[in-house]
Amino acid sequence: MKRYSAFAIAREALSNHMGWERAWAAPQPKAAYDAIIIGAGGHGLATAYYLGKNFGITNVAILEKGWLGGGNTGRNTTIIRSNYLQDSSAAIYEKARSLYETLSQDLNYNAMFSPRGVMMLAQTHHEVRGYQRTAHANALQGVVTEFISPQRVKELCPILNIDGPRYPVLGALWQARGGTGRHDAVAWGYARACSAMGMDIIQNCEVKGITSANGVVTGVETTKGYIGTKKIGIVVAGHSGQVADMAGFRLPVEAVALQALVSEPIKPCMDVVVMANTVHGYMSQSDKGEMVIGGGTDGFNNFTQRGSFHHIEETLRALIETFPIISRLKMLRQWGGIVDMTGDRSPIISKTPVGNCFINCGWGTGGFKAIPGSGWAMAELMAKGEPGPLAAEFDMWRFKEGRFIDESVAAGVAH
Amino acid sequence: MLTLECPYCGVMADETELSPGYEAHLKRYGPGSSDEEFEAYMFARKNPKGVHFERWRHAYGCGKWFLAARDTATLEVFGTYPAQSSAPPQDLQDKIKAKRPDWKGYK
Repeated sequence: MKRYSAFAIAREALSNHMGWERAWAAPQPKAAYDAIIIGAGGHGLATAYYLGKNFGITNVAILEKGWLGGGNTGRNTTIIRSNYLQDSSAAIYEKARSLYETLSQDLNYNAMFSPRGVMMLAQTHHEVRGYQRTAHANALQGVVTEFISPQRVKELCPILNIDGPRYPVLGALWQARGGTGRHDAVAWGYARACSAMGMDIIQNCEVKGITSANGVVTGVETTKGYIGTKKIGIVVAGHSGQVADMAGFRLPVEAVALQALVSEPIKPCMDVVVMANTVHGYMSQSDKGEMVIGGGTDGFNNFTQRGSFHHIEETLRALIETFPIISRLKMLRQWGGIVDMTGDRSPIISKTPVGNCFINCGWGTGGFKAIPGSGWAMAELMAKGEPGPLAAEFDMWRFKEGRFIDESVAAGVAH
Repeated sequence: MLTLECPYCGVMADETELSPGYEAHLKRYGPGSSDEEFEAYMFARKNPKGVHFERWRHAYGCGKWFLAARDTATLEVFGTYPAQSSAPPQDLQDKIKAKRPDWKGYK
């Protein structure tokens, strides 16, 4: 792999930019690998990357049904934060956030991490108490957040209407080192680094079955033939239930559509990420000038990658109330992704009832921010066969034993 | 937008008039059941990509719960039937089988 640098740009300029090599190879599958990752999204590629970097396991294939990063990795609103209430959540999301800080240098690929700050508005007294509690919990966890006043909210984001008629802003949970990243670049950067380590990223290769002998996985049936392996990591987000079914176990997961949309590009007008959970809308501005807006989930199982129109209306109604300046903006594009929701709205990074078969799923509506930490924890689980401290509490048996990681009622998430 | 016919009041109800209730025909377990049975009742879901039976409530209409058969991969609605049904009606199952020959059937 030729390294990217300012010098490389100058060198290639002298040869009319004809010398740039492919960012990653497009190999045909080998007969067998030491490990197979199903799903070349952010989480799958990060898992493969840290398998190689932290554990020296590089005889790895990453199988992708569609194209690399074409699922939820390319469909999210790119928000990165770690201001969670529960210790196990804060630990893995803060690990991810701290890895994002140096990801571009680590991968030699510009992931455009922008620690512009994330504020979560408190618009009811219940939310004020909830976010103050989260700020105290974060202080104990070593996650830097603070509860700020409405005046400070206005200073940080002047276009925000803090005196709205229904829900005036009463304060906010502020994480200055949160922000956004370039979602495609995260997938591309990990893919390039994996390919450079000799891993095979095989796109347009759908897994159709998982084979096992004596309760231990032996390989996968794919649209490009049978591939043998010693270990499998299932990292497929919305279709986790379908792939788990091939391996012969069930998950506490339901798939629903989550929508997002962007406006026409306008001049820079907000340099922070704002989440307003009471009215349900969140917004940031991309480097291109588009306002990036996250919508809501549908309340029914859905695999179509499109959501219901009335959710867009509800989201925009909430945001126009919060940001009156956007009332005349045209919305350019709208799309949906299929998110895998667990019973407690926290992810699963776990061994499974099948030997040497591991699963990483259930990130629901908040997976992008977790990609480096999720890959780090999943790689440790796959390499050692046992979870490390980051993944220990996210096993799939917590639902039977009642050890929920209850973030959905902890005001840490937007859905 | 999804449109479901309420089997009680006969109204063709838009999605905004309805509240979703997820998977239908769950077997209810309570005190005395094993951990596995209770976990399955509480959390394990079929979550199929394809034919799915689910609960809906005509929340902004007659208020009744009813059941619907729907394809989660296409959003096609096959039909609705009363909530007091322990399994989908046979004529509805036949209709689905005719439209989806690959469907493995109910249960």
